[in-house]
Amino acid sequence: MNRYLLPGGVFLLLVIVLFIGIQRAPQKTVIPSALLGKPAPQFTLPVLGGNESFNSSSLAGRWHAINVWGTWCPECRVEHDMLLRIADSGALPLIGFNWKDEDSAALGWLQQLGNPYSVGVADRDGREAIDWGVYGAPETFLIDDRGIVVHKHVGAMTPEVWEREFLARLPSTAGASQ
Amino acid sequence: MTRWLRVCRVGLLALLLSSSALAIDPIELSDPALQERYRDLTHELRCMQCQNQSIADSPVGLAGDLRREVRELLESGKTDAEIREHLRARYGDFILFRPVFNWRNAWLWAAPVILLLLGLVVAVRVLRQRARLAATDTTSPDDPAP
Amino acid sequence: MIAELGHYALVLALLAAVTQAAFGLIGPAVGKPAWSAVARSATSAQFMLATISLGALVWAFVQNDFSVEYVASNSNSALPLLYRISAVWGAHEGSLLLWAWILAGWTLAVSWRSDGLPEGFAARVLGILGLVSIGFLLFTLATSNPFARLEPAVPDGRDLNPLLQDPALAAHPPMLYAGYVGLSVAFAFACAAMIEGRLDQTWARWTRPWTTVAWAFLTVGIALGSWWAYYELGWGGYWFWDPVENASFMPWLVGTALIHSLAVTEKRGLFKSWTLLLAILAFSLSLLGTFLVRSGVLVSVHSFAADPARGMFILIFLVMIIGGALTLYAWRAPLLRSEAGFEFTSRESFLLFNNILLVVAAAAIFAGTMAPLISDALGLGTLSVGRQYFDPVFLLPILPLLALAAVGLHSGWKRGRVTERRAAILWTLLASVLVTLLLVLGVWEGAKILTPVGFALGVWLILSPLIDPIDRWRRKLTLTPALLGMALAHASLGVFVVSITAVESYTRERDLALAVGEAGQVGEFEYRLTGLSGVEGPNYDALRGEVVVTENGKPVGVLYPEKRNYWVQRQVMTEAGIDMQLTRDVFVALGEDLGAGRWSVRAQVRPLINYVWFAAVLMALGGIWAACDRRYRREPHA
Repeated sequence: MNRYLLPGGVFLLLVIVLFIGIQRAPQKTVIPSALLGKPAPQFTLPVLGGNESFNSSSLAGRWHAINVWGTWCPECRVEHDMLLRIADSGALPLIGFNWKDEDSAALGWLQQLGNPYSVGVADRDGREAIDWGVYGAPETFLIDDRGIVVHKHVGAMTPEVWEREFLARLPSTAGASQ
Repeated sequence: MTRWLRVCRVGLLALLLSSSALAIDPIELSDPALQERYRDLTHELRCMQCQNQSIADSPVGLAGDLRREVRELLESGKTDAEIREHLRARYGDFILFRPVFNWRNAWLWAAPVILLLLGLVVAVRVLRQRARLAATDTTSPDDPAP
Repeated sequence: MIAELGHYALVLALLAAVTQAAFGLIGPAVGKPAWSAVARSATSAQFMLATISLGALVWAFVQNDFSVEYVASNSNSALPLLYRISAVWGAHEGSLLLWAWILAGWTLAVSWRSDGLPEGFAARVLGILGLVSIGFLLFTLATSNPFARLEPAVPDGRDLNPLLQDPALAAHPPMLYAGYVGLSVAFAFACAAMIEGRLDQTWARWTRPWTTVAWAFLTVGIALGSWWAYYELGWGGYWFWDPVENASFMPWLVGTALIHSLAVTEKRGLFKSWTLLLAILAFSLSLLGTFLVRSGVLVSVHSFAADPARGMFILIFLVMIIGGALTLYAWRAPLLRSEAGFEFTSRESFLLFNNILLVVAAAAIFAGTMAPLISDALGLGTLSVGRQYFDPVFLLPILPLLALAAVGLHSGWKRGRVTERRAAILWTLLASVLVTLLLVLGVWEGAKILTPVGFALGVWLILSPLIDPIDRWRRKLTLTPALLGMALAHASLGVFVVSITAVESYTRERDLALAVGEAGQVGEFEYRLTGLSGVEGPNYDALRGEVVVTENGKPVGVLYPEKRNYWVQRQVMTEAGIDMQLTRDVFVALGEDLGAGRWSVRAQVRPLINYVWFAAVLMALGGIWAACDRRYRREPHA
């Protein structure tokens, strides 16, 4: 008798897995970053719209966020206002990482919509982005004062995400004055 | 971002696959042996944006960037394992189509083997039992038509 | 108005299904034979109403009624008529209606052809099928109504996905669903037997033809999908182990095991609980496939509708139907043990291995397909599985199976008597090895490790099924359709194995960068791009390339690969240019504009590839031939 219950048992396990799968389906799309807990990659990239280079080592010792964006990316437009609010709050410096875009388009966009970034760099051919494991804009990384990547958010930045995932991780003394 | 993935996934079979021809990448490496490895590697790596295609077959820009990365790594003399590890360190296990064998997915690789062994055990038991019965079983007809 | 009619008919069909299920199941339980007649009438009513409903949807498409949301999402006035009709099942809602209609049709067929069955049993079968119908109709009406109106109506629709504007892909879902639905008949037969607590050889004889025909449809459906992928998707691939492909392949594997297990149950009254379990499993996998495609739990290029609410509904339905069946199984199966025996080399023995190996293969594919989901659910992180997993894991049980099949075809029931056939077995093996050597050394150059294995097994499988029919013919014995159909099906499997081996071992491909007037070389074939022009179709405009192909200087043909731009959906599609010959396909697809007048062109030479699908169709025909054998239609002796 026992072994004839086996198929039913296996089926039950399967149902449980599928049930959990459905519950988690909305979050399916997000792949966790491979960089969490690891040192942020160093980069030297041209400043957006300028001739100088920017070296990421100048960010050492400070909490900062890096926002990957492009003018071709609709969700980036959606989150732009939120980014401006973050910049205004002065919580921490926001670095703009313009990904696979044209400088002229990017500058025009920032001029028209406002520039939330304390520094903007351009990765025109996408090489540096690979080091960060970027796979689709917008993405925002949170890096601590020791240079470790503590969080990555994929998708448009929202007030809830900012508060829950980013602000909550900041020590109270982090960032600029406030 | 999630919108991108949704756009890639839901119902836009066509978007992915219709432009599949655009994934054709006629760039060839200097060395035919490298070209061979390039082909194999790019089929093994997942396009992180359109997630059920390899970077060899995906039309999106990210796939092209990743293919370029693979080419550059190959030409700089890295081994296949080093290249896979390079990308895995940046994108995580998900970028590899062949699941890396570690304790987390050992069950996946072991499952078919275990199932096969189980099947063989069952087969042997049944066969032994039935062969014993065959000696005494006179009820059923011999060799009916198929 | 017509759409509302269709909707109303669907509701009535649901009521008919409820009637069918209630009277079909309760009637025999309380001993009221008159109730079976009600179940039969309900079956006819359900089919008629489902036809009206589907007809209404077809009408809405043909008449370009864009006030119906489903029509507006999937059609367009510029869409050719054939595709306006096939658009009916081009997306989730309509495809469910098709499923329900096909189910109603098969149920009616069972009702008509069930004269040889005891009335109570037939009623129960119809009752079970009624339960399945209820599930699908309720799901459609509650979550996926194809007749929903669009307020305000739009002047024109969003057009059918260009990928689906193709004859093979238009036929693919109906064939596939016919297969899935047919497996529900086997399931219903199994449940009815379990309810009655009786399962004998006569039961197996009734169930076999239905199951074989269902399996044949499924075979054709899968082959159509694969063939379409080859010429339509632009890079010459034909199987990707995509979750939805796997969702159709797993029921096929289990269905194959089922038709073989039914043979044993019919002949010797053995493997009863195996057969029951396989029938439940085959149908479960069909339902599971439906779930996977429509619930968003899996990443797939093919997903119909990522909607967790729909997924939940199907899951509950799955639990009720399959859980119910498995409970019946746990209750009844222990009573079904037979005391018959068979020797080690008997046909039963080979078919036992057949059952086990096919189920192991299906389980391995299942594991790979579900792995990402399981891994995520257990919090083990995301997992990715591709052909690097599926290929070896599938071949592991299947290669031994092919060898066993080649030998097993010679074995007799109960006693085996394989040694009597030793000569035939060895000669066929020798012939296979010789042909393999010829192919690997003479015809083609180079080989992978599995190439000679594949060729040898394939040729052996072509030759082995021919021995018995030839022997009988020589001895002037009758050659029944059952025998010949079986021989054809197994020989076709051999053809399939040989052609897959050739394709996977000897395909040559290169990606060329050509400007007009330039040429590239792939082996002995030269591909010269001689022209690029703009052409227009009914709902697209295209860039058409003219590629002249020569082999060692001798002309092969002129191919016209296209890149089509469909106006409404604004998608770009490739149509490959294929030169199909007996021994190989020459394949050309246009890539992208590389600038400076150059275009990327994928050029391939694919040996024997058309036999892959040809063999599948032959296999299906073999099955249907066998199912037509008169012995399935004779009345049972009292």
